Amino acid sequence: MKELVRDALHLVRLELNGVGRSGMCESRTLLSDFLRESLGATGTHVGCEHGICGACTVQIDGIATRSCLTLAVQADGRRVTTVEGLCDFDGPMSDLQEAFHRNHALQCGFCTAGILMSCADFLRRCPNPTEAEVREMLSGHLCRCTGYTPIVRAVLETAAARRSAHLSPAMDR
Amino acid sequence: MKPHAFDYLRADSAEEAVGQLRELGPDARILAGGQSLIPILNMRLAKPTALIDISRVDDLNYVRAERGMLVIGAAVTQASVEWRPGLAREVPLLAQVFPFIAHFQIRNRGTVCGSVAHADPSAELPLVLVALGGEVILRSASRRRTVAASDFFQDMLVTACAPDELIEEVRFPLTGVDRRTAFTEFSTRRGDFAIVSAAAIADADGVRVAVGGVAGRPDLVRLPRGLSDADLEAALNDFAWELEAQDDVHASAKFRRHLVRRLCAQVVRQVTENK
Repeated sequence: MKELVRDALHLVRLELNGVGRSGMCESRTLLSDFLRESLGATGTHVGCEHGICGACTVQIDGIATRSCLTLAVQADGRRVTTVEGLCDFDGPMSDLQEAFHRNHALQCGFCTAGILMSCADFLRRCPNPTEAEVREMLSGHLCRCTGYTPIVRAVLETAAARRSAHLSPAMDR
Repeated sequence: MKPHAFDYLRADSAEEAVGQLRELGPDARILAGGQSLIPILNMRLAKPTALIDISRVDDLNYVRAERGMLVIGAAVTQASVEWRPGLAREVPLLAQVFPFIAHFQIRNRGTVCGSVAHADPSAELPLVLVALGGEVILRSASRRRTVAASDFFQDMLVTACAPDELIEEVRFPLTGVDRRTAFTEFSTRRGDFAIVSAAAIADADGVRVAVGGVAGRPDLVRLPRGLSDADLEAALNDFAWELEAQDDVHASAKFRRHLVRRLCAQVVRQVTENK
């Protein structure tokens, strides 16, 4: 049993995008606030703070999750991946990010960090999705400027490209 | 939109969790996936003095098919049941319902037992549990008891779970593919709470229909086999008026009764019409 009293600061250690990080927070601190304010990882955006908008979606142990509906202390010892972890800081973007770029799947970009984290998890578990399945997954995200059509296109395009890369003889070696 | 301060206790076993519930009293709450509880905390609609986190308790993290039931422990996420191979053969109604429950990202963390504990009258899992005649296992520091789903849900957000009790597991009958089931719901946006939801399951005597979102808890009606269209319509009209629908910001009572008649007729036809 681990006991953390209220109104005191507690140490939370986690692996953020492959790097061990730690910070102090209260038991009531949300993971979204811990990432942004204690660890300075501001790629994760905070919209509604009650689980509706999806902007704050991150991956905990590879699973897409609302960071505003998770306490920072619940992520203690876990592997957390945020949008900053999708590619190297100065490296090329991931295939999914490239597909978003190509398809104009964002305008203001506020919702994009969360959407990318959902899509990356979803495509790992469901590599051959139908458009309906993609739309069901995206229903957990609100985008107020682009509309969802280019986002759906980018996800389907990424899935198709990964399948053909996987099937090509060059990749079999 | 930040929670009130609380003590946080991370339990390592179910025994520890129920021991803490007894010690801390009714102001302590169980935290599992937090997908219903944390929004309420963020909005400060609840201010528990302590949260007992059971999300890492190994002895509550199991899904088993045994003695005619699909048994789901308190720490099991909705996604891990949804993605269970063979679910569509074990409890087809559950497989039909999962895509309607909140969103992919919420199901990844939200637990099956947590949704049952929260007992929102428009939530899908309580409806399925009532429709299938499932059970809830409640455990306190001194006893363990089994409650039928129809007795467990009492009113909006009110259940038979006492303050010192933990929902240890829920059990959905393994209906298999021989008994036909159907589910539908009406909501203004995908993933929103349903204004009305309806499930039907056919058995030898007829069809059992369950409706959520209208009254304070899921309600059931049994319909005999082979009703004419007119008799079905009349029976569903009677049922719609029995439910004591309320007007609220989302829909009028009249619209809810309309949806009960329409959605129930739809699911009844789906399970009775010849394929």
